[in-house]
Amino acid sequence: MFLKLCAYLALSICLAGVFHRGLRWFTLRIGPEAEGAGFLDRFKAGAKAFGAMIVNPRRLGSVLWTLLFEVLLQVHILKQNTWRWLTHMALFYGILLLVVLHALDNWITARIFSNYASTLNPFLFLRNLLGVLVVFGVATVVIRRRADGRPRSKKRASDRVALVLLSLLIVSGVVLEAFKIVSPSIFETMARDYMGDDPDEIAALKVYWAKDFGVAFEPPPPAGDNDLLASGQKLHQDYCASCHSKPQAAVLSYPLARALKPVAVRLDRLRPDLVFYYLHYLAACGALALLPFSKLFHLLSAPLSLLVRSGGDAASDLPINRPARRVLGLDACTHCGVCSLHCAVSPIYRVISNPLILPSEKTGALAAIAGGDISEAGCAAFSEGSFICTGCGRCTRFCPSGIDLQDLWQASRIDLKRTGFGSVHDWIRTRSAAEWAQIARARKAVVKPATALDRATVSLADNPESFSACVQCTTCTSVCPVVAASDDPKRDLDMTPQQVMNLLRLQLKDMALGCRMVWDCVTCYKCQEHCPQGVRVADILYELRNEACRRFTVIPKKGVKLPDA
Amino acid sequence: MRYLYFPGCKIASHLPQYDLATRSVLGAFDISLDSAELNCCGYPARDLDFTAAVFSSARILAVAAKKELPILCPCKCCFGSLKHADYWLRHQPGLRHRIAAMLREEDLSWEPGVPVRHLLSVLVEDVGLDRVREKIRKPYTGLPVAVHYGCHALRPAEVTRFDDPLAPTIFEKLVQTTGADPVDWPLRLDCCGYPLWGKNDRLSLKLMEKKLSSAHMAGARVLITACTYCQLQFDTVRSGQETLPILFPELPAVLVTQFLGVAMGQSAGALGLERNHIAWTASPA
Repeated sequence: MFLKLCAYLALSICLAGVFHRGLRWFTLRIGPEAEGAGFLDRFKAGAKAFGAMIVNPRRLGSVLWTLLFEVLLQVHILKQNTWRWLTHMALFYGILLLVVLHALDNWITARIFSNYASTLNPFLFLRNLLGVLVVFGVATVVIRRRADGRPRSKKRASDRVALVLLSLLIVSGVVLEAFKIVSPSIFETMARDYMGDDPDEIAALKVYWAKDFGVAFEPPPPAGDNDLLASGQKLHQDYCASCHSKPQAAVLSYPLARALKPVAVRLDRLRPDLVFYYLHYLAACGALALLPFSKLFHLLSAPLSLLVRSGGDAASDLPINRPARRVLGLDACTHCGVCSLHCAVSPIYRVISNPLILPSEKTGALAAIAGGDISEAGCAAFSEGSFICTGCGRCTRFCPSGIDLQDLWQASRIDLKRTGFGSVHDWIRTRSAAEWAQIARARKAVVKPATALDRATVSLADNPESFSACVQCTTCTSVCPVVAASDDPKRDLDMTPQQVMNLLRLQLKDMALGCRMVWDCVTCYKCQEHCPQGVRVADILYELRNEACRRFTVIPKKGVKLPDA
Repeated sequence: MRYLYFPGCKIASHLPQYDLATRSVLGAFDISLDSAELNCCGYPARDLDFTAAVFSSARILAVAAKKELPILCPCKCCFGSLKHADYWLRHQPGLRHRIAAMLREEDLSWEPGVPVRHLLSVLVEDVGLDRVREKIRKPYTGLPVAVHYGCHALRPAEVTRFDDPLAPTIFEKLVQTTGADPVDWPLRLDCCGYPLWGKNDRLSLKLMEKKLSSAHMAGARVLITACTYCQLQFDTVRSGQETLPILFPELPAVLVTQFLGVAMGQSAGALGLERNHIAWTASPA
C-alpha cells in the first residue's frame, strides 16, 4: 500500500514536472523572435507546425525515417563512433526494456505472454541480460570519459543524484533477486501456497531445490538419497516448473546468490528480500520523480528534438516557433560533452580557463539565463565564451540529441548584445577613453597577478624599445584606411595611430586603452608595414586590446542602450 | 604533391563553395589534400589573448609536423595567423617553452620549418604558371578584373613572406593565365573590412564600399578574392543588408578557384557557383 502510494506520488511529480518543462518551451525566450507573442500564440503555432509535420505525407516519411534511424537505431551516433554507439545502445535498450518489460510486466508482458512469470525463462534470463547491458553501458561510460580527454566541467547535482538512483536501482535489483534465490523462508511460503502442507512432499522438494535451485537451508537437507531427489523433481514438475526455470539463467543474480549462500540463513530473519525490494521500488520511484528535473529528461526531449529537426532547421521555421525549438534543444542536452570534444576553439580553453568557452557548458548557462536565474558575473563569463565561438558548426553536426546549437549560439549572441553583455567591442563603446583611463587607474591594484603563461608572452606596450624609434612621422596615420574613412578622426577615433604610439612613449598607456582607434583598428597591418622605423604599430594595438580585455570586465547598468556603431 | 588542408572555421558552415571550388581545381593538378579535424587558427581570439591565438595556431603547426606535411590555407587570415605563431615561437624562447609544455600534454610538439602555404602560392609557385596555363580551356580574352589581395597574407611581410608587400604580383600573374586582364586599381591592397564586421558594422561597410568603388572606377567587371573573409565581405555581407541595396551589383565577387575553374572548363555546380549570393555568369568579354 505504502509502495503503491509512493509510485503514484512519483508518477504525479513526474507528470507535473514534464508538464512544467513543456510549458517552458512556450514561455521562455531565447533570441529576438516571438517578441510580444504570449504563451497561447506560441503554443498554437508550435502545435500547428508539429501537426503539419505529422499530417503531411512527405514530411511524415522523414518523421518515420528519423524515428527509426535516429531515435531507435541511433545511426547518427554509429557514424561518429562505434564504441559510443554500443555503449548508448546498451544503456538505452537495457533501461528501456527493463522499464517496459520488467517494471511494467503486469501491464505489458503478462498481457502479451499468457504464461509469463518473472522467474521463468526466457524472462528470467533476459531480465538479467538487460541488467548486464546497463552495467556494461555505465562501466564503459565511466572508463571512456576518463580516457578520451573530453574537456568538461563539473557535473550538475541533479545528474549525480540520477546516476546514484540508477545505480541503486540496478544493484538493488540484482541483490534482491539473489536473496530471493537463496531464501529458505520464501521457499517455505511458496511451497505451502502452491503445493500443500504435506511434510514428506516438502522434504522431497527441499532436496531438489537445495541441489538445483541454490536455496540455503539450515540444517541442509540430506544429500545422496536419489529416490527423495527423484520424487522432489517430480513434485517440482507438477507444482513449480510452470513458473520457475533454473536460476543459473540469472547471470547477474545467481553468482551473487551462490556467494551469499553461506550467510543466507542467518540473514533470512532480517528479511533482506523485503529490504531490497523496498530499496528497489523506492529507487525506481525516485528516478521517476527526478526524471523531468535531471538529464533523465532527455529520454523524452532528445527524441522530440530529433523529430523536430527532421522537419527542417530553425532558419526554415516560422520565427514564432524558433524560441520553442531552442528551449526544447536545451532540455535535450545530456551534458555528454561530445560537442566540446570537437569544438574548434577548445584549445583556447586551455589558455583562458573559462569553461563557458565550451559548448557543453554553455547550454547549462544559457538555460539559466533563459530562466532568469544567473548572476552578472555568470552572464559576463557566458558572453566571453559566446564571442570566442567562431560559428564553425561542428558542435551542431556532432550533437547526438540533434540540438541546433549553431542557432542557439547565434540567437543568444543577439540577446547578449541587447542586454548590455555584448562583445568587448560593444561595451567598450559605452564609456569614453577618459572614463576607461580612470577605471584602469583605479583597477591597477586589483589586476589579476600575471600567470607564468602571461610572463612568457610577448610584451611590446610596456617595453620602451618597442616605440622609442618612433619619430612621429605620421606615416602610419596616413596609410591607415580607418583614418581615411573618417571625416573627423579626432571626433571618431580619439587618437590617430601615431598619437597612440605617442601616448605609449609618454607612459600614458591607460589613456590609450579606451581610444576608439584601438577598437576600430581593422588589423590590416599597413601601419606596421609602412613604418620606416620598424615600430610594430598593429601588434601594439593588439596588445592594448588584450590588456583591456584582461583588466576590464563588462559592467553594464540595467537598461543601458548601446550607442549605434 | 600532398598538403594538410586547413580550411579554417568559416568555410564549412558559411562558404562551402570555397571548399568545393578549391578541391575541384587542385584535383585537376593531382594535388592530394589530407584532411584532419583541426581547431580554429586563433585569429578571431587574438583581440582577446595573444597566447590563446598563438597556441591555437601552434597546435595546427604541430599536427602538420607530426604528419610531415606542408599546410595549405585557402583563407588568408588563417595563413597570417599560422605565420605569426611561427614567427613568435621562433623569436620568443619563453613563449616557445610554455607552448611546448601545453602541446606535450597532447603528445604534440612544434617544429620550426613546417611550410605554411596559401592557395595562391601553391598554384603559382608549387604547381607553376605554365601548368596552370596548359589547363585553360575557356580563356576570358581580356575580361577586366580586379584582384583583391586583402591584408593578412601580404602584411607584415617580415612575418608572412608571401609576396612584395608594396607591389605584389602573384595574384595578377595567376589570373593572367586565364586570359583575363587585371586592372590596376588604387585600393587593391586595402583591407576588405570584414575584421570589423560585428564590431563596427558601419565602418566595415564603409571600407567595403570604398574598395568596390575603386575597383568599379578602374573598369573591372569582376572582383576576385582568395580569402574566406574577403569573399564573405564582398558577397555575403554585401548582399545581406536589409537597409542597404547591393553596392555596385554589376561587380560580383568571385573566389579565385571559381574563376580559375570556369576557365579550366569545370562545371558551375562543381565550383559551387550557385551558392554565391551575387550571381556571376562567366561570359566572354
